[in-house]
Amino acid sequence: MMPNSLTLELKDLCCDRDERRLFSHLNAQIESGQVVQVAGPNGSGKTTLLRLLTGISHDYDGDILWQGQSIQRHRALYLSQMLYLGHLPGTKKALTPQENLRWYAGMSTAGKTVTDTTINDTTINSALSKVGLYGFEDVPCYQLSAGQQRRVALARLYLTPAPLWILDEPFTAIDKRGVAELEQAIANHAERGGIVILTTHQDLDTQHFKNIGLRTIDLTDFAGAIEYDE
Amino acid sequence: MTLRILQGPSSMTSDSLSTAPATDTAPLEIPDINLWSGFAATFKRDITVAFRSRGDIANPLIFFLIVITMVPLGISPERDTLALLAPGMIWVVALLATLLSLDGLFRTDYEDGSLEQLLISPHPLYFIVISKVLVHWLMTGLPLTITAPILGVMLSLPNQGYMPLIASLAIGTGVLSLIGAIGSALTVGLRKGGLLLSLIIMPLYVPVLIFGASAVSSASEGFPFVGQLAILGAFLAMAMILAPFAAAGALRISVNG
Amino acid sequence: MDWTWFHRLGSPRWFYEKSSVWLPYLWVLTASLLIAGSVWGLAFSPADAKQGNSYRIIYIHVPAAFLALAGYYVMAISGAVGLIWRIKVAELTMRAAAPIGAVLTFVSLFTGAVWGKPTWGTWWVWDARITSMLILFFLYLGVMALHNAFTHEETANKASAILALVGTVNIPIIYKSVDWWFTLHQPATIKFTSESTIDPSMLYPLLIMVIGFYALYALALILRTRVEILKRERRTKWVKALALGSA
Repeated sequence: MMPNSLTLELKDLCCDRDERRLFSHLNAQIESGQVVQVAGPNGSGKTTLLRLLTGISHDYDGDILWQGQSIQRHRALYLSQMLYLGHLPGTKKALTPQENLRWYAGMSTAGKTVTDTTINDTTINSALSKVGLYGFEDVPCYQLSAGQQRRVALARLYLTPAPLWILDEPFTAIDKRGVAELEQAIANHAERGGIVILTTHQDLDTQHFKNIGLRTIDLTDFAGAIEYDE
Repeated sequence: MTLRILQGPSSMTSDSLSTAPATDTAPLEIPDINLWSGFAATFKRDITVAFRSRGDIANPLIFFLIVITMVPLGISPERDTLALLAPGMIWVVALLATLLSLDGLFRTDYEDGSLEQLLISPHPLYFIVISKVLVHWLMTGLPLTITAPILGVMLSLPNQGYMPLIASLAIGTGVLSLIGAIGSALTVGLRKGGLLLSLIIMPLYVPVLIFGASAVSSASEGFPFVGQLAILGAFLAMAMILAPFAAAGALRISVNG
Repeated sequence: MDWTWFHRLGSPRWFYEKSSVWLPYLWVLTASLLIAGSVWGLAFSPADAKQGNSYRIIYIHVPAAFLALAGYYVMAISGAVGLIWRIKVAELTMRAAAPIGAVLTFVSLFTGAVWGKPTWGTWWVWDARITSMLILFFLYLGVMALHNAFTHEETANKASAILALVGTVNIPIIYKSVDWWFTLHQPATIKFTSESTIDPSMLYPLLIMVIGFYALYALALILRTRVEILKRERRTKWVKALALGSA
């Protein structure tokens, strides 16, 4: 069950890294049903922004509010409703896709909303078949191709009940059909009332996103030099 | 439980309160966190990974064995001399073997991205760190403890020294793994963390070395050794409480390299 | 008013300007204490009955050893303040404190060795205090090495603050352990006359030197913190104005 109204609010977000301003005065209100593409050239701070939103990094000024509450103060609550997919897949090569997902399930089932949908091997296998890994459940990941390993990570999207998805370059190493399926999954998630924030260098196929609000946050709009004086 | 926390005036003005979730917003649930779920999942994963690469378990042991072989070659094969050196040598080498294996404690997770997933898990990082340290101890400390008597024989350790050797190593290597986790967490984002890890952690190992080696040498000279073991036990209890906190804090910082 | 902004950049400037006012007084205080203490200690206090004049190195050795240990706590506490309240000056103070402490530890080890040669006939003995001091030296080196290893300034400060804090928890344990270890192995040939009392004529200059070293430490710490501040704030207008004004 997806809550009908969710908000992630970025308030006057400002981030410097190694004496370089990545972005400043970034204000945005992201709501249920929206797909937000964070755009900008290489080095503009897309990944950094996503890492701020996941709480992995907290070198910033300003506030990030989930349902009106600071994500730093209500960390466990926020994290139980968020899924993050980084550049790295976060899977162990020595393990099979199934084992990797079991670990993920154990690490993420925290909120009541999560435990309601019990994750077991059947749901894990069905998630794996949705990303085209049917028959590979018990093959160690080091025997899979780069694209397939990436798909193991993507299978999390079909397991998690988290309403907020943060995806950093999710289309990397995925073939054409996979990209279309992933876009569909993202669109479906937004239609169900979820939120997706993603970075990608590919253009999203707009026909998947006809019915939903596809937004862009262009970080070049928020670029600037560090103001060194008060 | 429904969460309705009004935030302090510093972070929220009355204006933003009114724009914050209105009546149609789903109430936020406080996550009903099962502390052991993250612990169990990570423990199971790490132990499976460790068993799939069994060769890595043997490496510290082989190191242990080779260095101990060097001792008679470098000093003297005479039994009395070796017996005098045995407690200290075995302890120093066990310490080095533990240090060598510590570099990988968080590094593999860092490199494949699962460290990020650990950090964004709603489960407390404290228990996740404990579970990783426990696996580390099972894969290095425990095997070292078990093989130590063989090295005792090679260095002609007196008979009454074996029991305290095993006991002190079993407790002491646990402390070494826990303290080492802090260093491993601090250096995880650095490309050449290995040597630096030894540099920052070894001074902290001094008390463990003193009491561990002393338990063995006291016993082999026929003196009581339970006091030293009790102190090692106290170190273990203290390290178990404090070290995972420090390591968890260190991970949150150093992951941003 | 954005308070984090104030914390991040406002504070170092405030410290720099305030400390400019304090510094001259501190210079005078430090110099007069050290000159008074060393002239009294080296020229006027009597020679020791057993050790002759070689004992006079305690006027440097003892204060340096005091400050070496106290300096670690200064470093760790400012690291903790920086970590918890995100106060920039505290982080910079921690950075500044590490090399000063390491130098003082080295000075106390070195003067100990110089004193040990005529007294014990050897440069180095594994005495409890010397051993603890050596480990303290390693702890300082570790904090500095860790700080240098990071490229990202913010991370470096926080990581070395954590290490310094872990060290403070360990230092009492290390000291007690080494003491215990030493009593266990104390060789019979070296006798320590710890019960021997020190004559007031030798003690007073020592006290002056200890206070003088505290002042010297404060002075060195403030000067180095000011350097760190200038380095960090080199792009700001006030530092540029300062540089142009003094050039």
